Amino acid sequence: MKRRDFLRATALAGGGMMIAIYLDPADVLGQEGSRAPAGGANYNPWAFLKIGPDGKVTILGKNPEGGQGAKIHLPMIIADELDVDWKDVTIENAPLDEQSFGIQRTGGSTATPINFDPLRQCGAAARQMLIAAAAQTWGVQASDCTTASGRVRHAASNRTLGYGELASRAAALPTPDLKTVKLKDPKDYKVIGSPAKNQDVPKIVRGEPLYAIDTKLPGMLYAAYEKCPVPGGKVATANIDEIKRLPGIRNAFVVPGGPDLTYTYPACCIGVSLHGGVAIVADTWWHAQQARAKLKVTWNEGPTASNSTEGFNRRAQELSQQPPHIKLYNDGDVDGALKGAAKTVEAAYYYPFLAHAPLEPQNCTAHYKDGKLEVWVGSQTPREGRQVIAQSLGMPENDITVHFVRMGGGFGRRILNDYMAEAAWIAREMNGTPVKLLWSRQDDLTHDFYRPAGYHFFKAGLDASGKIVAWNQHYVAFGEGEKFAPNTAIGGASFPAGFIPNFSFNASLIPMGIPTGPLRAPGTNGTTFVYQGFIDELAVASGKDPVEFRLALLDTPRKLLPNARDAFNAERAKGVLKLAAEKSGWGKRQLPKGTGMGVAFLYAHLGYFAEIAEVSVDLQNRVKVNKVWVAADIGSEVINPLNAQHQVQGSVIDGMGAVMAQETTFVNGRAQQATFNEHRLVRMNQTPKDIEVHFLKTSNPPTGLGEPALPPIIPAITNAIYAATGNRIRTIPIGKQGFSWA
Amino acid sequence: MPFSLNVNGKPVTVDVPGDMPLLWVLRDVLDLRGTKFGCGLGQCGACTVHLRGNAVRSCQTTVAAAAGGAITTIEGLAPDASHPLQRAWEELDVPQCGYCQAGQIMSAAALLRRNPRPTDADIDLAMSGNLCRCATYTRIREAIHRAAGNNATATTAEAIR
Repeated sequence: MKRRDFLRATALAGGGMMIAIYLDPADVLGQEGSRAPAGGANYNPWAFLKIGPDGKVTILGKNPEGGQGAKIHLPMIIADELDVDWKDVTIENAPLDEQSFGIQRTGGSTATPINFDPLRQCGAAARQMLIAAAAQTWGVQASDCTTASGRVRHAASNRTLGYGELASRAAALPTPDLKTVKLKDPKDYKVIGSPAKNQDVPKIVRGEPLYAIDTKLPGMLYAAYEKCPVPGGKVATANIDEIKRLPGIRNAFVVPGGPDLTYTYPACCIGVSLHGGVAIVADTWWHAQQARAKLKVTWNEGPTASNSTEGFNRRAQELSQQPPHIKLYNDGDVDGALKGAAKTVEAAYYYPFLAHAPLEPQNCTAHYKDGKLEVWVGSQTPREGRQVIAQSLGMPENDITVHFVRMGGGFGRRILNDYMAEAAWIAREMNGTPVKLLWSRQDDLTHDFYRPAGYHFFKAGLDASGKIVAWNQHYVAFGEGEKFAPNTAIGGASFPAGFIPNFSFNASLIPMGIPTGPLRAPGTNGTTFVYQGFIDELAVASGKDPVEFRLALLDTPRKLLPNARDAFNAERAKGVLKLAAEKSGWGKRQLPKGTGMGVAFLYAHLGYFAEIAEVSVDLQNRVKVNKVWVAADIGSEVINPLNAQHQVQGSVIDGMGAVMAQETTFVNGRAQQATFNEHRLVRMNQTPKDIEVHFLKTSNPPTGLGEPALPPIIPAITNAIYAATGNRIRTIPIGKQGFSWA
Repeated sequence: MPFSLNVNGKPVTVDVPGDMPLLWVLRDVLDLRGTKFGCGLGQCGACTVHLRGNAVRSCQTTVAAAAGGAITTIEGLAPDASHPLQRAWEELDVPQCGYCQAGQIMSAAALLRRNPRPTDADIDLAMSGNLCRCATYTRIREAIHRAAGNNATATTAEAIR
């Protein structure tokens, strides 16, 4: 790849320098998939760094932050190569301005892989300029100078100068070629790999207003918004006049809603439409909600009212008996191999629709005045949010200013910005008066872009030695024609394709109108349970140890079809499996009756994770997760181990919720789980006492971990339940099957 | 109608309906936005405050019920955020998104007041009404032990220092 990235340095008024790194748009395109950066083919600055005359370093955090920690660990990369002490670095939030800052979004565990090399070069280039400025000042060779803790030193003459003293002079020097800039030897890293705390914590523990829900503007009113319980439904009639007369109510009106863009496959993340409904604007949000309880609306529910989980289940069973509609990956002679197999195993797996449930309910404050709109929001994709508003209101993007603030969780839900369009519409109706729209928890759980459910029908064959010789998988998903609904498609060449000689993986689609979208570890958060559960069954059928069976499968030389591509690296998967097995004492510990261990692994988002759970199940099927061991290969560096450990532990506990209790079901198009009593998160008393996290450092580029750490815990636990009880789990959540937490 | 409240040691009067939940009086009327809304049904604990020394869900507590009793919110827990729990939370870098943490700290503060040296089981019992969507429970547990001065077993966050 031809890189043409460059730096631009400018002197700051009053001393100091500012440095911006500009990335070749081709590079960014290559790494960000199909999404072009704002500004088309123009260069966009990617990172900003300021060195003040006092030597203090300010690094701009440009991406939305909702607990992932990228706001901290991206600046750490710059600081290390710059050779400053972390305590001297301040992180400032960048405003939304993709023309100036490049892509500003959070999702896909992309922050680390995209930014690691450019940010290193940025810090190293700035350091090189500061050294050059010092060498010039002293009339010595730059090569005789060293740096440490934000100072340049000339050892021979024992002179030092601080970066702050050098910054103005350095700004006037030519910027080095990023390709030739000398990077640190990783063994000399001081900031990368050292625990760094989240700089927002002191504000969080003081209860300072940090989140969008805390926005308060002079004269601001509060809005509640009643939408049709069926996605895409619109208001037919509503008792607006009665509502307007209730105490504290300033206005009530029908929002017609936009075209049903949401349901046009494969609209996914960007084509969010404005849902029709009734807006109630009041002095406080409580007044608006009180009035909402008296609202009487008749709806034109639309076609999705015929959707139900029961109907989906029935249709999936029917389709499983028919040939699949869509060919995904077919190699060898599966039917022949099944006939000749020493043993065959059949199983049907299912994972449900799932809501995101970030703890801060969706909200957005908007102020429309003189044809311009200003909004305050927590969004993982603020730029797309502005587009959604522009499309929904038919106004130019340039007239919309978006302020994005810390998010009370995202998990993928805030990649979709439907609430921004609602707030903007309401604010325009309330022309001149700022309005905060806030959803209730029920609004959130019943109007999500759900993780799509999936049905997987398997038949596999083992030879006499216990090797898998045939794999037949019929995946029943959602979509229309040959188009998968958002976030339902699975790459045909994913593991274990290529490891099994006779392999058939095909799909059929059920049409539906339930909005679906990305949830933490999209794609794999459901399928890992399926693959790693069925492989566990095959291990048992072959009479092999589940870890050994997986290692043997990974040892098979991989033969993919000529046109198939997949980045999966079996050696890295084996590495984490072996490490997890070693740390957990797999196969070496005597476990009491009713206690078992389960294993699973995953490659996703460029990272490799193996997880082992030790689980006890009592006679009443009460489940206790005693301990979890996680082994991760996210490349050569764990940039901020303090956060990395925490992200992994949180992922494990989050995944436990998916095992036991979480699903969204539909009756007449209506989501049935509306509160935390029905959508149950894991609580403190269910949390394992210990979740060990081990990183296997390999010579691969550093990658992210907020997502790939989650999926393997689900099959690790269900496989452990099998080991403990002989009860094979093929459907989650297990709460419906008589299980509960101990 | 007017209600006299005592919030973080200061008397205030608010003119609101008696059935208005304390949560919305704090947030929308008194501008104390540290107390968070998570579910409105007493299921998540994000809105936890102290009323007459007890941890209560402010979304389930009417302003009429709160009138006359001392109310403490996260903003008033300690004058300079020096409560041992707040310090422990900073030291162990407990929050991820941070949204639930005010409620967690208020529940933990009520626990420590009545039980200064809680065991794991005590913590589980007292804290299980507070949801954390990011699932920072391991560090919350550890931070409570630290604030209590307990010599907890070798802990996860310590292990990587």
